[in-house]
Amino acid sequence: MSELLDIRGLTKAYPGVQANSAISFSLKRGEIHALLGENGAGKSTLVKTIYGLVKPDLGQMFIDGTQFEPANPQAARAAGVAMVFQHFSLFDALTVAENITLGMANPPPRRDLAQRIRDVANAYGLPLDPERRVGTLSVGERQRVEIVRCLLQSPRILIMDEPTSVLTPQEVATLFQTLRQLRAEGVGILYISHKLEEIRTLCDTATILRNGRKVAECTPAEQTAHQLAEMMIGIELERPLPRLFTPGETLLTLRDLSIATEDPFGTDLREVNLQLHAGEVLGIAGVAGNGQDELMLAISGETKATRSQIVFETTQIGHLAPAERRLRGLLTAPEERLGHAAAGEMSLADNAFLTGRKRQRLDWKGFIKPISTANFARAIVKRFDVRTPGVEASARSLSGGNLQKFVIGREILQRPKVLVVNQPTWGVDAHAAATIRTALRDLAASGTGIIVISQDLDELREISDTISVIAAGRLSTPARNGSLTNEEIGLMMGGPKEEAAHAHA
Amino acid sequence: MLTLEPHRAGPVKQLFTPVWAILATMLAGGLLFLLLGKNPVEAIRIIFVDPLFDPFSRSELFIKAAPLAIIATGLSFGFRAGVWNIGAEGQFILGAICGGAVGLAFYGVEGVYVLPLMALAGMAGGFAWAMIPALLRTRFNANEILVSLMLVYVATLLLSALVSGPLRDPDGFNFPESRQFHDSATLPILIERTRIHIGIPIAFLISVGAWLILQRHVFGFHIKLMGAAPRAAHFAGVSTNRMVVLCLGISGALAGLAGVFEAAGPVGQLVPSLPTGYGFTAIIVAFLGRLQPLGILFASFVLALTIIGGETAQFSLQIPAAAISVFQGMLLFFLLAFDIFTRFRIRRGVAGVA
Repeated sequence: MSELLDIRGLTKAYPGVQANSAISFSLKRGEIHALLGENGAGKSTLVKTIYGLVKPDLGQMFIDGTQFEPANPQAARAAGVAMVFQHFSLFDALTVAENITLGMANPPPRRDLAQRIRDVANAYGLPLDPERRVGTLSVGERQRVEIVRCLLQSPRILIMDEPTSVLTPQEVATLFQTLRQLRAEGVGILYISHKLEEIRTLCDTATILRNGRKVAECTPAEQTAHQLAEMMIGIELERPLPRLFTPGETLLTLRDLSIATEDPFGTDLREVNLQLHAGEVLGIAGVAGNGQDELMLAISGETKATRSQIVFETTQIGHLAPAERRLRGLLTAPEERLGHAAAGEMSLADNAFLTGRKRQRLDWKGFIKPISTANFARAIVKRFDVRTPGVEASARSLSGGNLQKFVIGREILQRPKVLVVNQPTWGVDAHAAATIRTALRDLAASGTGIIVISQDLDELREISDTISVIAAGRLSTPARNGSLTNEEIGLMMGGPKEEAAHAHA
Repeated sequence: MLTLEPHRAGPVKQLFTPVWAILATMLAGGLLFLLLGKNPVEAIRIIFVDPLFDPFSRSELFIKAAPLAIIATGLSFGFRAGVWNIGAEGQFILGAICGGAVGLAFYGVEGVYVLPLMALAGMAGGFAWAMIPALLRTRFNANEILVSLMLVYVATLLLSALVSGPLRDPDGFNFPESRQFHDSATLPILIERTRIHIGIPIAFLISVGAWLILQRHVFGFHIKLMGAAPRAAHFAGVSTNRMVVLCLGISGALAGLAGVFEAAGPVGQLVPSLPTGYGFTAIIVAFLGRLQPLGILFASFVLALTIIGGETAQFSLQIPAAAISVFQGMLLFFLLAFDIFTRFRIRRGVAGVA
């Protein structure tokens, strides 16, 4: 009998890039098949081809032995292919059911749909209220909406693009149960992730891509995570070395920082207290939407606090604007790369100027020094191995991982006294993530205080000296990395217990 | 269903959209004239070609293009940052009123300082008028498009009231107009037997200055940043309110300057008919010029051509005056339409879920 999905010699070239060359593999019924590769290895192009978003130059695809040439995603869905994207396409202001309706070609009547959503959700252990507004859902619940949206089409092939990067350990466990249940029903699942441990526990087979080519196929459970990573990049990875941490002088203090958010779907910060020392890497764990963005904006100066709530070294800076904080040595790198940390339409040189202006002296009496600016941008590109034709290329033209390296590198190269980064390796491949983590550790070793906000517990485990958890706008007292188990942190991330603890305190 | 998907057009293609828009306007305009029972080829020739070969029209081109270029250059700052000043016409009028009032106050006084003083007063007037929408926007989040637009009508009435009252020519038989400005309050003529005045080289200088600021200065950088990614601008430390005030202020001051130049130049006095729509036409100029200083210079000549050619066509072909406004409107319409076609590709069918 023919395979569920058979890929034969798929080839796709973009101007200047061979995104996929002659990739072949097959997906069996009831198999979870991992696609592993660095950013730019060709994973996205490959799954986009299967989902009908990209037309291949050469090669064929077969479903059940029948040739499959989807002209667009509708055709792919009609053939039983469904995809859960890494970035959700949901409208905050609409309900779950309304959001799901939007993606359907022929939506059934509202009441039937609500019932079907409940049925599917319950059948797969994904509790979901169709009438809830998406803006009030956690990231994990939003992902459920996307998954349920796919399951309503009864897909035979499900593509999942980095599904766990935003989930708590408990949510990951729930997701895996759902995926295993689907596998038992004969659905073939293509699973893209950069978390190698997950792939080892969940996936039956892994196809490894590098530079658009398939370089290996293996059974992930039989390999170590390190072996998988090395197959993926073809060279040995640098690993940050564990080291002893002796806290230096206090660099950044937050005192009872409470800020009401202006965003209707945001989270208010409630009495956040924090002390960051020289040489310390403080990891802040938490599920997205629990006040991370608000905390970040308050520290960067994009939202103002009262003067005394934020103290940098010995100066009260709560009232200062971002540029003044930056000049003093308090640097930040927000989570959203395009549109917040960088302007997509502008060149890398311009984007280097964006935060580097004052500390790198890139202007003379307000006039931009083009040569110094380009040199600074080049230094970032070189040090962090940003793949780009040049610093005149627009930020948008870079892949997510490359832009992330640029954005983080831009701040690191300015020798900050305090650096706050939000999701430094979100959507970044293993190699780039290792580069970024090592650079952060090195920076801390030179005496910088660093706050890493991340939803990836493994990452925080790897680089932090101390860890605290943010839930519902409150920050827990930091604990030494290693004194808490993942389960304990996971429970704190869930929130309510933490809040109850605060109420008792 | 048709959907638009983003599509990256090369810089050359983007540069040529204004040219396509002009050609399409000629074509559609020709059709319009045909429907009016006129010879389309002749009409287009009169509007677009003849003024270039007549010495008088040629010098008039500069006179019409200069205020357009000055106003549009000011507007381009705000338009790049996403601050929409639609009321340049009102700021133009206030500039003429304030500058003109200074000129009248110094009536009969000879001195080289009178004109610079008028220019400063005019810029202050335009600036102050633009501060009304700026303040309402930053304080109360009132839409600056509506406020600045509505203030045009207030300004028009203010001008009428002033030239019928306080600023009226005492020896003018009660006509609603001011005195003729005396020599020291009139822009010097640079080329004899034409009306080419000193405001024209100043328009060029303003254009060069704007280029320098937009290309090389942090302020220009922040303007572009705010237009391209408002949150990134905020992250860089740009205050939105400050930018709104500055952008409206610059465009107001420049529109005001153009207003003084018009009053102290070709017109020579304050009259209710002083505003002829430069403030609105400048919006078209700004977009036709791609919001680039050099492009704006070019576009100001194109629009000046339609104004002068349109006037000729009015009396030689008896085309209604409104036809020229339609013509200019079509230009903006086609420009925006062609912009869509260069920035997006049209696809048949429903967009994917992504």
